[in-house]
Amino acid sequence: MGGFILRRVVYMIPTVFLVSIVTFIIIQLPPGDYLDSLAAEMGEAGVDNTAVVEQLRAQYGLGEPMYLQYWKWMTGILLRGDFGISFEKNLPVTDVIWDRLGWTFAISLLTLAFIWAVALPIGIYSAVRKYSVGDYVATFFGFVGLAVPNFLLALVMMYVAFKYFGQSVGGLVSPEYIDTPWTWAKFANLLQHIWMPVFVVGTSGAAALIRIMRANLLDELYRPYVVTARAKGMSEFQLLLRYPVRVALNPFISTIGWILPTLVSGEIIVAVVMNLPTTGPLLLRALLVQDMYLAGSLILIVSMLTVIGTLLSDVLLAWVDPRIRYQ
Amino acid sequence: MTAIDPAAEAHLAEAPNTPALLGPWALMWRQFRRHRVAHVSLYVVGFIYLVALFGEFLSPASHLATNTRAPFAPPQGIHIFTEAEDGTRTFQLHARGLKMEVDRVAMRRHFVEDPEKVIPLGFFVEGFEYRLLWLIPTNRHFFGPRDPKQTVYFFGADRLGRDILSRIIMGTRISMSIGLVGVAVSLLVGVSLGGISGYYGGWIDNLIQRLIEFLRSIPTIPLWMGLAAAIPLDWPPLRTYFVVTLIVSMIGWTTLAREVRGKFLSLRREDFVVAARLDGLSDWEIIRKHLVPSFASHIIASLTLAVPLMILAETSLSFLGIGLQPPIVSWGTLLKEAQNIRTIIEAPWLLVAPGAAIVITVLALNFLGDGLRDAADPYAQ
Repeated sequence: MGGFILRRVVYMIPTVFLVSIVTFIIIQLPPGDYLDSLAAEMGEAGVDNTAVVEQLRAQYGLGEPMYLQYWKWMTGILLRGDFGISFEKNLPVTDVIWDRLGWTFAISLLTLAFIWAVALPIGIYSAVRKYSVGDYVATFFGFVGLAVPNFLLALVMMYVAFKYFGQSVGGLVSPEYIDTPWTWAKFANLLQHIWMPVFVVGTSGAAALIRIMRANLLDELYRPYVVTARAKGMSEFQLLLRYPVRVALNPFISTIGWILPTLVSGEIIVAVVMNLPTTGPLLLRALLVQDMYLAGSLILIVSMLTVIGTLLSDVLLAWVDPRIRYQ
Repeated sequence: MTAIDPAAEAHLAEAPNTPALLGPWALMWRQFRRHRVAHVSLYVVGFIYLVALFGEFLSPASHLATNTRAPFAPPQGIHIFTEAEDGTRTFQLHARGLKMEVDRVAMRRHFVEDPEKVIPLGFFVEGFEYRLLWLIPTNRHFFGPRDPKQTVYFFGADRLGRDILSRIIMGTRISMSIGLVGVAVSLLVGVSLGGISGYYGGWIDNLIQRLIEFLRSIPTIPLWMGLAAAIPLDWPPLRTYFVVTLIVSMIGWTTLAREVRGKFLSLRREDFVVAARLDGLSDWEIIRKHLVPSFASHIIASLTLAVPLMILAETSLSFLGIGLQPPIVSWGTLLKEAQNIRTIIEAPWLLVAPGAAIVITVLALNFLGDGLRDAADPYAQ
């Protein structure tokens, strides 16, 4: 097991390295940089700015060739934990991003829990009661869940919540709780809000997992060992949970690997629509104004955390299934 | 009735006894038709592509025409009978004109239907000039107000008074073609890389597999957002369109490449491939003549399932304002108009109409792909 984990971690290093390079290239792609737009803005205001801009450019090393900039940025991160500076906010990137990243991952993990809690029982039900009314309903909602884009569902939910339930929409807490210290009332208020993004982000994932669980379990349900156990007089419920479901769970766990990236992606887009204090709106804004170190750090950290999450799911899978461990 | 072709007669008589020898494609079609939802979806998808082709003919108004007197005009219903003063009803398809009323308390304007103002509707009416299928100049439209100067908003109007129905119809062309072009790109990349990977194996297989794993392990939206945000706003619409298509096709090819690789791996050792090699066929000929035809049906099924993913990707990017830009009309740019909750509450049709178009299309394509996947291997049972 130790060897397996070690091997996976070593495999991860080139991936992370590639992610950092790709990220850097992407944030360098737009022609010009933040200082250009700043200079244009100041020029419109009639301020002579060449000296200031040149000084800033030298300070951030923006005129240098790309590999040198990349080297500076990377060494800063690795040696000093310094992700550079957010031009627009004029703050170190680290001051801006951490609590937002925390929320993104909190919502993504909650969503994962939600998906499991929904997909597991429904998947089992649809497999055991194949072609029943409940199975058809689950299948239908599964397809609809896959067909509705996240942001559209978010808009519809916000509309319904606002129009028919009079709930304040957008944000994770009601306006009066923003910037107040944490209390039970604020926590309760948070719970009233957070279910909506969790539900919206989770629908498509849950839909996919229900299909997977159903297919896996159907492969197992008619195997001879199930028949044998039934012949020996085991109660149906116990039998189901103890053998076929356990076998069917394996592919279920391995799906975390691909579901986590989609959850993070979904969360980012839904956050823009619902105006959540997570990475989504921050990243969009940073990309639009070419606040490149902020955008780059966000993409980098989100991707890295996702890669680590995938690693964890692989380890979990290896722990559950010895066949993978000894490959 | 006497002149029955003897050959046909013999064939008819013989038919019940000999089991019909059907080719693989005929078997697939038979299998496919059993999946009833998929069969219906095939026609829905066909219809949607027809709408994309004949967009101008089907749209009642120009999708670019603005109307300062009808911002956020609500959808107008189609009425069947007109009622004269004496109560006699006559058949006349018509819509009722809109009257603007000012609510002095809420300080808002809103529209009400005016039963006095009858706008007759008809089929094959005259309207704006266009070229049918980019070729034939005409001004006929399938359905709309008889008087070309009138505009009827069947699905409502947006903030500039543009007809939503016409915009959705014209957006169909962009959104659906992005799916097709994107799939073509993924097909090219996926089949060649997956084929190389599976056919040659070894280090190149390893390299390509690591690349695919890498692409799949990073969250797509932040990366796309980065790429899409790099598109300069002053680019011509056509170039933006192609770059966005390339970006969204980046997702599709990995799945396809994996599938093709798996097929290659399993088929590589089959007798017919070995026989072909011993016969002296080159690698390329084996791939083209023997391997590709044997899994073409699987590829078609996965391609169909990739189209909706790309449509959703384009929609999401355009919705965020970093994909396609106005004046290009796609379902995503249409939904961008419904971005904030205030607009949606005032004009729900901005959300409902394009949203329904997306959901119906994606559902139909998913069902179709599902049916095709089931039918792809008719010898399975």
